[in-house]
Amino acid sequence: MTLENLGSSKRDYNLLGRDARRAAETGLAAAEWYHTALPRKQMKELMQRSDGPAIRDTLIWLGLMAAFAAGGIYFWGSWWSVPFFLAYGVLYGSATDSRWHECGHGTAFKTQWMNRVVYQLACFMIMRNPVTWRWSHARHHTDTTIVGRDPEIAVMRPPDLLRVVLNVFGIVDAYHAIGDMLRNAAGQLSPVERSFIPQMEQAKAIRIARIWLAIYLAVIATAIYFQSILPLVLVGLPRLYGAWHMVMCGLLQHGGLADNVTDHRLNTRSVLMNPVSRFIYWNMNYHVEHHMFPMVPYHALPRLHEAIKHDLPAPSPSILAGYREMIPAFLRQLRYEDYFVKRELPASAKPYREEFHEVPAPSAAQ
Amino acid sequence: MAQWVAACTVDDIEAEDLIRFDHAGRVFAIYRSPEGDFYATDGICTHEHAFLADGLVMGDIIECPKHNGRFNYKTGAAKGAPVCVNLATYPVRLEGSAVLVDVG
Repeated sequence: MTLENLGSSKRDYNLLGRDARRAAETGLAAAEWYHTALPRKQMKELMQRSDGPAIRDTLIWLGLMAAFAAGGIYFWGSWWSVPFFLAYGVLYGSATDSRWHECGHGTAFKTQWMNRVVYQLACFMIMRNPVTWRWSHARHHTDTTIVGRDPEIAVMRPPDLLRVVLNVFGIVDAYHAIGDMLRNAAGQLSPVERSFIPQMEQAKAIRIARIWLAIYLAVIATAIYFQSILPLVLVGLPRLYGAWHMVMCGLLQHGGLADNVTDHRLNTRSVLMNPVSRFIYWNMNYHVEHHMFPMVPYHALPRLHEAIKHDLPAPSPSILAGYREMIPAFLRQLRYEDYFVKRELPASAKPYREEFHEVPAPSAAQ
Repeated sequence: MAQWVAACTVDDIEAEDLIRFDHAGRVFAIYRSPEGDFYATDGICTHEHAFLADGLVMGDIIECPKHNGRFNYKTGAAKGAPVCVNLATYPVRLEGSAVLVDVG
């Protein structure tokens, strides 16, 4: 350990920075990634789309939101409203993360207009510009946890644990999201946004930011008119008080694992979760499987997991087990940022692709 | 100038599916529609390097396996983000059971 390592990073996460150029030069950017071999017939079956599961889940999701909101409004002014809003908040500030994600891939529903409608709704609630984030997520899949290339690395090295804690309540994310919305609404895209949003799409990002700003101003005006914070408790603030479940699940996706590798088994974690979290998270707990085969809809991920688990590290058996692995890794990365958790492959698996994975010997936990 | 080459036989592709066909350093995708008609396009997505043969055919649509970009494989038309550039298409004809593609 050296104190000099604390607070400074060898990694340059700027998408226009040194490591971005290095990734392009070394072939890490837009590389060919490892995939578990599956017969075409089986893969086709897994990729098949269906409207049924997502319609069912969306009706449950929106129905529960309406019911919890009604309960919260009914009991407004008493402590009895708190549990209703806590549940409403999770469905607003966390369940929208997975809805944004799945509908952005276009796999949740077979019918594409349904994907588009839920995508727009979820984007608004999770405060992610639907244009910007569609393109950032495409990059995340091309260059998963490649430093300087992936715009969606949740915990950079060395970890900023204060930021992680603040984001349990959505504070840092919402702060940046509001800033981005105001900037986009003013007609400006940052150089980084322009680096991954094609020219022909950029005007759409600005238009949607202006629509959102108008909605938020209307909500604020309503709150002022009625002299009540209730409108904001229903629209906007749930992004803060309901974000914890999204963060709890999302950190596990890649936290504490390798970066700058081209094998999702090394940089992504699958976690077995309870049915409620799986509903909120739309099965994204099977995250290695999703990254390896993003064509497979969320409702087929458990079947995909069964089909390829012989070639993957065993999933963390629970959320708690995932944190027991990840938190010590974060703490070690505070002192030695190259540290990562290397998960054991079963004997039936093909070996890891490690050609881009040359780091000093003390880094790998066995 | 037309340059017809035999890509596969009709039995090589199931209905509503595709296969990859490599010829002279180029990659093509050969499709069989749900109605049993054959089509050909470039075999690599116009968005990023991904082989469309690993994707999913749904009616007239081929979906790229990497970012789920969608094209109409009959016309090559890009159907929305993240694909913005159309896919090149190639004439196809049958000779007996052989599927021929004009790669010229």
